[in-house]
Amino acid sequence: MSLDKTEVEKIAHLARISLTEEDIPLYTKNLSDILNLVEQMNTIDTSGITPMAHPLDAVARVRPDVVSETDQRDHFQSIATQVEAGLYLVPKVIE
Amino acid sequence: MHTKTLAELSSALQKREISSVELTQYFLERIERYDSQLNAFVTVTSETALSQAQSADDRLKMGDHSALTGIPLAHKDIFCTSGIKTTCGSKMLDNFIAPYSATIVEKCQQAGMVMLGKTNMDEFAMGSSNETSYYGTVKNPWDLQAVPGGSSGGSASVVAARIAPIATGTDTGGSIRQPAALCGLTGLKPTYGLVSRYGMIAFASSLDQGGVLANNAEDTALLLGVMAGFDAKDSTSLDSPPKDYTARLNDSIKGLKIGLPKEYFGEGLDPEVAKVLEASIKTLEQQGAVCQEISLPNMHLSVPVYYIIAPAECSSNLSRYDGVRFGYRCDNPQDLLDMYKRSRGEGFGAEVKRRVMIGTYALSAGYYDAYYLKAQQIRRLISDDFKKAFEQVDVIASPTTPTAAFNFGEKTDDPVSMYLSDIYTIAVNLAGLPGLSMSAGFVNQRPVGLQLIGNYFSEDHLLNIAHQYQQDTDWHTQMPAQFS
Repeated sequence: MSLDKTEVEKIAHLARISLTEEDIPLYTKNLSDILNLVEQMNTIDTSGITPMAHPLDAVARVRPDVVSETDQRDHFQSIATQVEAGLYLVPKVIE
Repeated sequence: MHTKTLAELSSALQKREISSVELTQYFLERIERYDSQLNAFVTVTSETALSQAQSADDRLKMGDHSALTGIPLAHKDIFCTSGIKTTCGSKMLDNFIAPYSATIVEKCQQAGMVMLGKTNMDEFAMGSSNETSYYGTVKNPWDLQAVPGGSSGGSASVVAARIAPIATGTDTGGSIRQPAALCGLTGLKPTYGLVSRYGMIAFASSLDQGGVLANNAEDTALLLGVMAGFDAKDSTSLDSPPKDYTARLNDSIKGLKIGLPKEYFGEGLDPEVAKVLEASIKTLEQQGAVCQEISLPNMHLSVPVYYIIAPAECSSNLSRYDGVRFGYRCDNPQDLLDMYKRSRGEGFGAEVKRRVMIGTYALSAGYYDAYYLKAQQIRRLISDDFKKAFEQVDVIASPTTPTAAFNFGEKTDDPVSMYLSDIYTIAVNLAGLPGLSMSAGFVNQRPVGLQLIGNYFSEDHLLNIAHQYQQDTDWHTQMPAQFS
């Protein structure tokens, strides 16, 4: 399994990660090497095997539908880069 | 003081032979003296430590104390600490002050323990050598040219150099056991779900588990007792009854059935390491254990399976780092997409980017069945291999790592060769079993670990075996000369 430059650029875009032009060849090689390692999975037939999602096959626990959290907006926003009037600021999305 | 066990320190504190403030000052001085050589702490919390020590002394005076009240410890910098920087070894979180503390941090605090600081680690726990940390590499106290292992490399280094009596860690594919082995410690990864993941920064949620790095099995048992237990704030926390992990330490291991997986002792294992492990297994036999060969036929697939499941889960977990609510944000973003991409591109290191991208690829449209689903199916086969083995034997013994500690730079150019250094530890996480590594000797003055794998919730039994082994051997009391 070998990826090419275009595929790596597409994956980086999906992952929302900027890569510099000079980094791409190394990532292309590294990611291809990892996928080659992973290829070994195809040496085994897994038809009919139930995938394992939890080591002890536990299922999600439910809790009573009661309010358990208090409003801590100011506390949480104190660590954000840019806030105003209780809102998180990001570059303009809609013109 | 730094040569004493936790039980000895605890007794000295309770008899008032030493105060917690004195003990804390003693360790802070050792950190001051030695950490510049090791780079094992990201943050040393001297003020918090001294104030916690003062409270511990008050509790000791009033008789309102637990077994570990007044004992200092170090937390891996993956556990959130309210009001104190938590970096996870990443530039992304270099400015992150968590608004709350992890459950295990609170539990240690409630027990009256004293936090000395936060230890260095591979970025977001992704690495086996502590070379991916934004804060630089951590040195192995046994040999400053050697890696301490990872990702809990800082925790391993501080305990091995005795600049902290004990430390917490996390283990997703070997991140407690591998550094414990390379630094000559006892390291325990509990059963998945035994220790709360609340406030422990997520890497691969179905594999991550908090645990202990210590000088010996008894110390490990004491701290595990504080950390373990159900937590409603962690949706995968298991409702297991509280246990005294020291209760079985002194049991005889006569008649104990140990399985030796033939797949773990064959090709790939350094012959010198194999010799050390044979001798340690002989010691267990002399103590009455009976060994037999077993087979775990799908183990060779554990690394490939892990490098789909862990990256897939990490790509999802790390999507929260978007530069908006907390963490690093790039300068002058042109638009929203540019802000996401450059914040993540500049904030994450190369190994994190590789794993996020592999995970994104494996989960992208059209590839799910071939990668993630297939991996989860093989994960079941690996888990079933262990189930069958535990029908024949009580515990499994194996190498923790294929070699003793390697040198800095040796594997950084080839990620896959780095991944293969976790070949003996990963399957345990995939199956969710408890695993322990204990120091079993040395190869070229670098420590070697023996791994013990038990059935679910058998932590007390693994600690019992390690404790018995430590009664007849002294590897665990040896100290790196320049830090003794």
